[in-house]
Amino acid sequence: MFEDGAIINELLIERLNYLIYVVLLLIGLHAMIAKRNLIKKLIGMSIFQTAIILFYVSISVKNEATIPIYKAEHDPHGAASKAAAIELNSTNSGKPLYAPTELQSSETQQYANPLPHVLMLTAIVVGVATLGLALALCLRIQQGYGTVEEDELLVKLERSDARYSLSPLAKAISSRRRPARNSRNPRATGKSSSTPKRSTGYGKNLGSTKASKPSTAKTKTTQANKNPNSVNRKPGTTSAKIGTKKSLPPKKTSIKPAGKTSPQQKKGTE
Amino acid sequence: MKWISLIPVFSVGALLLFAAKDFPEWGDPHSPASQSPVSSHFINNTGVDTEVPNMVTAVLADYRGFDTMFETVVVFIAGIAVLAILKGSGRRPRGRHRSYKLEAEPDLIVTYTVRLVVPVIQLFAFYVLAHGHVSPGGGFQGGVVMGASFILIALAWDLDHALVRMSLPRCMVIAAVGIIIYAGIGFLSMFMGGEFLDYAELERLLPVSREMARYYAILGVEIGVGFTVASIMFALYANLSSEGRLKGGL
Repeated sequence: MFEDGAIINELLIERLNYLIYVVLLLIGLHAMIAKRNLIKKLIGMSIFQTAIILFYVSISVKNEATIPIYKAEHDPHGAASKAAAIELNSTNSGKPLYAPTELQSSETQQYANPLPHVLMLTAIVVGVATLGLALALCLRIQQGYGTVEEDELLVKLERSDARYSLSPLAKAISSRRRPARNSRNPRATGKSSSTPKRSTGYGKNLGSTKASKPSTAKTKTTQANKNPNSVNRKPGTTSAKIGTKKSLPPKKTSIKPAGKTSPQQKKGTE
Repeated sequence: MKWISLIPVFSVGALLLFAAKDFPEWGDPHSPASQSPVSSHFINNTGVDTEVPNMVTAVLADYRGFDTMFETVVVFIAGIAVLAILKGSGRRPRGRHRSYKLEAEPDLIVTYTVRLVVPVIQLFAFYVLAHGHVSPGGGFQGGVVMGASFILIALAWDLDHALVRMSLPRCMVIAAVGIIIYAGIGFLSMFMGGEFLDYAELERLLPVSREMARYYAILGVEIGVGFTVASIMFALYANLSSEGRLKGGL
C-alpha cells in the first residue's frame, strides 16, 4: 500500500468514484466559503449536494448487478413463480396453491442496493425545493438592498443600522448600551490599522466605508473623497435610497472633527 | 484573502481522501452497505410483502412511507415559503431596471414546437407516475416532468400564458390535495385497523389480496406526491422568474 504510486494507483483506478466525489465536494465547499456572491454560494451548495448524491449512488453499485427491479424469473409475485407454484401444486396437491418465497442470497447479489437510491431520490427533489427557497431569499435581498454581493451587503446593513439608531425607538435601547460601547470602542480604534488592510482584499468599496467606523483622523480625509465615488459606482439601487444613504456617512465626519468614540458620533448625528 | 478558505477546503479534502482508502472498492458486492441486513431485507422481501417489482418504489412509499410523506411536506412548505417571501414584494416598478417593456411576439417556431411537445411531455409524466411500480419512475419523477411541461409553456409564451392554465391558487390547492391524498391513505389504513400508512389493511376496501392492496395504495401515494411536486415546481418557477409579480416573461 505504501509502495511507489500505490496510493495514486488505488485512487485513480480502484476508487475513482471517491476521488471524483471529493473533488466535487471541495469545489462546492470552496465556493460556499470563498465566493462573496450569494448566487455563487448557492451554486456551490448545489455542487456540494451533487457530490453527496454521487457518493451515495456509487456505494450502491454492485458488479454484474442490475437495477433494483425484479427480473421476471425472480419476482415472487411474477408470472414465472406463479406458474412454477401451479406446477408444484399439481404434483403434490396437499400444499397451498401459491406461496411467494424470499429471494436467496445468491439472487440478492444480482440487484443493486435500493436503499441509497431511495434516499437520494427524495434528497434531489427536496434539494430543488430548498434551492428554490434560497433563490427566493436572494431575490428578496436583491430587492431590498440592490445587491447580492456579501461585502456590499454588509456595508448597507451597517448603514441601515446607523439609520435605525436615529429613530426614537432605538434611542432608548442604545442609551442603555452606551457604557458597553464605550469600552468596546478603543479596541476598535486600535484595530483600525489592520482593518483597512484586510478590507482592501475584499473590494475597494468596503475599504473606504469600513474604515469610517473607527474614524480616525487619518481615514476621515480619504473617506470624504472616496465615499461618494463608492456609492455612485453601485448600480441597481433607487436614487432615493442612495440619497439617504449617501448623506449619512459624510454627515458624521463633517460634524465631529475629532470624533473617536461612538457616543460623540451619536451626538453628532442626532 | 480568498486563499485562506483553501486551508479548510484542502484539509477536508485530505481527510476525505484519507478515509476513501477504507471505503469499499467500486462495485464491490461485499461492501458493508450492500451486505447490511436492511438492504438485503428490502431486496429479498419486497416481492413477498407487495406485488411491486420495483424495490425503490416499494421502499420509498411503503417501508419508508413516513419519511416520504414528510419529504413531500417539506416540498410543500418550501413552495409556501417562497410564496410568502416573494408574493407582492416586487410590485413596485423600480428605476431604470424595470422601465423597459418587452412586447415581442412569441416566436412562431418555438411556440409551435412547444404546442406539439407539451402534450407528449404531460402524457409521459403520467406514464412515469403510473408506471413507477414496474419500471424506473414514481411520483417525484413524474411530478417534476409534469411541472417542467408548464415551465416550458411559460418559457415559450410568457408567464401569463401558463398561469391561465395553472394559476397560483390552483397550484397551491393541488399541492395541498396531494398531501391530503398521501396522509388520507395513511389515516384510512389506520382506521381500517392497521398502523398509520400500513396499506395492507386496505384489503377490506379493495377486492384484492393484501399484497395487491399495498400495490394500489403505493400508486395512490405516488399520485399524491406527484400532485404536490408538479404544482410546487411550477409555483417555484412562476414566483422566482417574475420576482413574485406573476406576470411578464423572463
